[in-house]
Amino acid sequence: MVQREYNIVVDKLVARYGERTVLNGVDMKVRPREVRVILGGSGCGKSTLLKHIIGLATPADGTVELLGVNLVEADEPEKDAVLSRIGMLFQGGALLNALTIHENVALPLVEKTNLPREVIDEMVAMKLALVGLSHAHDLTPPELSGGMKKRAALARAMAMDPAVLFADEPSAGLDPITGAALDELLISLKNQFNMSLVVVTHELASVETIADQITMLDKGHVIAEGTLDEVKATPHPMVQSFFGRQGEGEAERRSVLQAFEDDGGAR
Amino acid sequence: MVELEGAMVVDAVPALSKRLAAISGPGEKVELDLSAVTDIDSSGVALLSLFLRRMEASGRDVALVRVPERVKRTLELFPFVDARVQEAEDRGSIFDRVGRWAEGIVNLVLHFLVVVADTTWFVATGVFKKRGVRWHVVIYEMAQMGSKALAVVALIAFLVGATMALQSAAQLRQFGADIFVVDLIGISMTRELGPLMAAIVVAGRSGSAVAAEIGTMMISEEIDALKTMGLHPTRFLVVPKILAITVTQPLLTAFADAAGVFGGFLVATFYLDVGAQPFIVRLQESLYLKDVLTGLIKSVMFAWLIVSVGAICGFRTKGGADAVGRSTTTSVVAGIFAVIVADALASLVFYFGD
Repeated sequence: MVQREYNIVVDKLVARYGERTVLNGVDMKVRPREVRVILGGSGCGKSTLLKHIIGLATPADGTVELLGVNLVEADEPEKDAVLSRIGMLFQGGALLNALTIHENVALPLVEKTNLPREVIDEMVAMKLALVGLSHAHDLTPPELSGGMKKRAALARAMAMDPAVLFADEPSAGLDPITGAALDELLISLKNQFNMSLVVVTHELASVETIADQITMLDKGHVIAEGTLDEVKATPHPMVQSFFGRQGEGEAERRSVLQAFEDDGGAR
Repeated sequence: MVELEGAMVVDAVPALSKRLAAISGPGEKVELDLSAVTDIDSSGVALLSLFLRRMEASGRDVALVRVPERVKRTLELFPFVDARVQEAEDRGSIFDRVGRWAEGIVNLVLHFLVVVADTTWFVATGVFKKRGVRWHVVIYEMAQMGSKALAVVALIAFLVGATMALQSAAQLRQFGADIFVVDLIGISMTRELGPLMAAIVVAGRSGSAVAAEIGTMMISEEIDALKTMGLHPTRFLVVPKILAITVTQPLLTAFADAAGVFGGFLVATFYLDVGAQPFIVRLQESLYLKDVLTGLIKSVMFAWLIVSVGAICGFRTKGGADAVGRSTTTSVVAGIFAVIVADALASLVFYFGD
């Protein structure tokens, strides 16, 4: 396998939904074995950036290279080859409800490889054991709790031993303890499998535990980039308010306003 | 239309309050024009809020129109009042609107053609490839779309056949032409009503199910998940359904034909005194294989329309759970519409083709 300098190269990416520009000239480079956190408030374009990297959306301008391949220009076999080397953990898990957990994790292996059935079953068992779901083979997604769903989805994302693992808000909707456990799991898997890990989040706690490098977005621009300390030292007001200096004042103002409205609405 | 002007602040509110108090009781919609308001404070907002509540109690609509930016910023803090602010409508000229509408239609048609083309390609290439088609899913879908719909299709066709025999009997009897009820039932059931009734039931049952399944998968990111695994959603979801319905729909239609003719047969024998033996003999004379085949060919065409319309409605689902509901409704209406239009076109072709 060729050792690339970067697993992901995003170059002057512009993304639009209709007439609304969501990303406006975003650059980002992710090295192998790096944990990159994409950070920002709601609606800043984090998830859109992720969608463009994994080829679910077509850039309005600029280019994205994933494992050295531009997914927009690649032909089917090339695209397949890249997609088989990435894993994606979706926000809600996105497990197929019609299939059992075992079948969900087996799906990419069954559809994309020629491995014999026993080997696939063994691999699925290994991956489910990794995420602590050995008892859940025959359950269907609706029977799982939120945290279990995320772990099952993680097992599916890991099914093909990806070179890059993406996670869209992995701890969203989980309690802090389960969320932290998931973060730890992501990091240990990343180390064991030598993956790059790209995590979209707005949870400060996760950022501090997992990030090697941070890309912080606001209104479609990269406003800060680098290690946690480098980003914290950026004077941009959005960065400062995110890391807490003005955060408390803002929260207080909002809670007062909320109380005011609730009172007005009750009368 | 009531115009307010100046600063709506503590000093001015008592006077304004009297002006607004003059508007009372039920009546037509009140529009408060705020374009000349220079400033507003809490007392001004409270005045508006009280006025809005008073009008609402007497069942009268209120809108705040032409609100200056400065005032609007203050109102935004108070959702109850802010909700009544009417945005200046900028829908563009008629050409803009027609253009946007046309663009939407063109996009829809293109999207539909892409889904149809993908489906055709994956069916054509998949059938001959190892692991090209998920056959166990095809079997499952056959049960869902075919055998589970059998009872209701048969019952409806039976009732339609019987009703038609009864209704036409009254007319035919006047001419002593009772026996021709056999031709009528036989030909109309096999050529038209059997395929149509089966298609309408399946559009309601399975077309909506296809739209709901794909729509739900759209909003839960399952479709995106399939794509990131390199699995084409059309190949994965639509192809098994197309293959399944291609087999089941003609079978359902054949059952519908039989049930409809049987309904007619019962009415003819027990009510019209045509007699069982003459009915069967006449049926053999009047009904050609061509009639039945025409109906079966049409049924396959209807089946493809139902699944592709359901699929496109599913794939165009955006937003939350309510969007899935809308897609499902659209898929049924559009599915039945497409089936009936296709039926009309097919009738023309077969009529002039004879």
